[in-house]
Amino acid sequence: MADTLERILPRVQKPARYVGGEYNEIVKDRAQVKLRMAFCFPDTYEIGMSNMGMQILYGAINAEPDIWCERVFAPWGDMAEEMRRNSLPLYALESGDALDKFDALGFSLGYEMAYCTVLDMLDMAGLPVKSADRPELVPLVFAGGTSCCNPEPMADFFDLMVLGEGEEADIEVLRLFQRARDAGWTKGEFLREAAKIGGVYVPSLYEPVYNPDGTLAELRCLDGAPEVVTKRIVSNLDSAYYPTRPVVPSTEIVHDRVNLELFRGCVRGCRFCQAGYVYRPIRARSAGKIVELGREMLENTGCQEATLLSLSSSDYRQLSQVCDGLLDWCEPRSISLSLPSLRADNFSMELMSRLQKVRRGGLTFAPEAGTQRLRDVINKNVTEPELLNTCRIAFEGGWNGIKLYFMLGLPTETDEDVVGIADLAAKVLHVWRESSPNKQRGVRITVSTSCFVPKPHSPFQWEAQVDMAEYRRRVELLRHSITAKNVTYNWHDADTSFIEAALSRGDRRVGGVIEAAWRRGARLEAWSDYFSFKRWLEAFADCGLDPAFYATRERGEDECLPWSRVNMGVRTSLLLRERHRAYEARLSPDCRAECAGCGAAALLERGVKCDG
Amino acid sequence: MDKLRLRFEKTGKAVYISHLDLMRVVQRVFLRAGVPLRYSEGFNPHALISICLPLPVGTVSLCELMDFRVTEDIDLPSLPERLNAVSPAGVRFLECYEPSRKAAGLKWLEIRGDWEYDGRAASQFSAGVEEFFNRGNIPVTRRTKRGEGEFDLAAHMRGFAVEAAEGETLAVRAFVSAQEPTVKPELLPEALRELAPELAPDFARFTRLETYGADMEIFR
Ligand code: SF4
Repeated sequence: MADTLERILPRVQKPARYVGGEYNEIVKDRAQVKLRMAFCFPDTYEIGMSNMGMQILYGAINAEPDIWCERVFAPWGDMAEEMRRNSLPLYALESGDALDKFDALGFSLGYEMAYCTVLDMLDMAGLPVKSADRPELVPLVFAGGTSCCNPEPMADFFDLMVLGEGEEADIEVLRLFQRARDAGWTKGEFLREAAKIGGVYVPSLYEPVYNPDGTLAELRCLDGAPEVVTKRIVSNLDSAYYPTRPVVPSTEIVHDRVNLELFRGCVRGCRFCQAGYVYRPIRARSAGKIVELGREMLENTGCQEATLLSLSSSDYRQLSQVCDGLLDWCEPRSISLSLPSLRADNFSMELMSRLQKVRRGGLTFAPEAGTQRLRDVINKNVTEPELLNTCRIAFEGGWNGIKLYFMLGLPTETDEDVVGIADLAAKVLHVWRESSPNKQRGVRITVSTSCFVPKPHSPFQWEAQVDMAEYRRRVELLRHSITAKNVTYNWHDADTSFIEAALSRGDRRVGGVIEAAWRRGARLEAWSDYFSFKRWLEAFADCGLDPAFYATRERGEDECLPWSRVNMGVRTSLLLRERHRAYEARLSPDCRAECAGCGAAALLERGVKCDG
Repeated sequence: MDKLRLRFEKTGKAVYISHLDLMRVVQRVFLRAGVPLRYSEGFNPHALISICLPLPVGTVSLCELMDFRVTEDIDLPSLPERLNAVSPAGVRFLECYEPSRKAAGLKWLEIRGDWEYDGRAASQFSAGVEEFFNRGNIPVTRRTKRGEGEFDLAAHMRGFAVEAAEGETLAVRAFVSAQEPTVKPELLPEALRELAPELAPDFARFTRLETYGADMEIFR
């Protein structure tokens, strides 16, 4: 194999991503370890290595001395072709060993467009893609990650799925599996036992039953499977594992920097946002801990950039302390500190000015909707005066580019809301004319729209996506409403959003579509280089299914949803309340103003409070 | 002490790190080791590091040279060890010193090639290959940034010899011009493919062994 690889590598693009050997890579002695796991990321090295979840789990699992967890990424098209042509199976970066040497393959499922890549990687490893076609206990093929919150579309392919945060649950699963392997259990015996671990969803223990109209009647529990699987969380971030020695890539990746996680969860409750609901409850890391971790990681990596990550950095209570503590360390060493996900307010602007002393390029805001009414519908708590005021401070401070992100197709959206986006952009431009100290430099205002995709476990999980023709009509309407030449308009394709919507709320039959698409050649579908809408339509047709049934059909509130056996912490009654308030354009206070008793706090250890 | 030179190896998994990526890899090695690198002035400061001869991806080297600058005196003999402790697999520093000659004085590279002939005994090619590369004139087509052109390989290489033929592998050795003009080792098997395809190997692997000046003295 080594020889074949040596011949292939000079012929492919960016070969460094296929060999490992980076600084801080974890290498253990094959003979000494008791269990070998392949951490499979169903996208390229550049994407996977930028993923903080992967860094955390890679480190946390390897912190067990007798388990060796190695990395596997999806090869780019040229490499995948060479590997198939030369019968080179998928291998792990650390040891170079083919995946048939591994006890367990764990996939990270972060987004729907990676689904086909999972199948492709299994196939490249020489494994049947379906769990049912792998009767042996070894290897265990499992998954974790945000997309598992609707486990059904990928149910046929995984032996089990871990819901929520994997730091502790993954290791419990691996230890049970190790016991089962050593004691010679059957796969069925192991899975029935694994289903008793909190957060573990074993798809083969739930049987979907359909109504004549194609909707789900029930997910029948088999063999004593739990009625509801509740996601796992880590209660205390200060004592939780954190990867202070992350692998330092030797080649360029998407985000090559030290990632510092401020907190998990979000206090805002925007109704369209899946992340805002599924990552609850809110748990913060202390400022002192973050500064300590940051310094340690910068020293251990030699990175020249650190970034503070969370869903909404402005809501971190000790943001100033963290920035001060880190800047004290970073500034003398020319290390830059970046802070995404800031809200459009004065405080954020002051902070940005401190972080970006020299370079003042573009700022990004996401008002999401063009009118106050629609922003109230989605509970996006930002007002026009606030936004314009922030823009004013930015322009006065020397920034000359603003990017504004919106969604089209939000529930209750009218043409007035669409045109409202153009009006808002025009107002921002007007503010620039009034406030910029240096008009010769010009200004760049960019408006971007994507098509709203309703997601499981959000208050809009029952909503219909607007159909593609309607989305395109709204894009045209907006395009013609934007007249100023300093305002650029970019819009996302309708195609990808439509497929994403069909997959994200799919039932188990959609697994057949995913397999059919893969058999027709789909992989790395998040890349426009590879995405093919036509192929997806053919795959749906192969299975006798209509993507519109999943994407653009409104669900009844009493309908059994494919993710009904999954509890991500927030009660359905709260989601419903939020949905109904949306129709009244009625705001809900954020968690800081008033706890809505969403239910997520019940996941915390005794004595720990939700930091909402 | 301001300008310094490091000699290092690039082997194993590190051979796939591109020239550009290596610059950043090395910069991070310095940062992890706490070496006080000097940065350029200006809007977008960059570390003053330069790798003397770009190494093609896939080629092993036992003799890379890199110049860099520091802001304060450092202990030179212990530096390679300090750097090695924080380097990725396959990057190994050998020595550090204040250079007496400019990098432009580097003229020749001694290289070894391991050429594989699939399913054939390499020994049957020894004589032919040796004769070919000792011709007075080897007119090959060479692709450069400026386009394709004819290039006399013989004028810019010397001392070609077959060292051993073991099984399907032929071990060869030669000196090639390192700069002005740059002869990539890959050009040797390419020349065979173009002018004597019956002698061309199925796969060629190269190792840079040593650096020399125009006077054929070892260059440091
Ligand atoms: S428990 Fe209360 S404060 Fe915490 S996330 Fe739920 S609603 Fe917000």
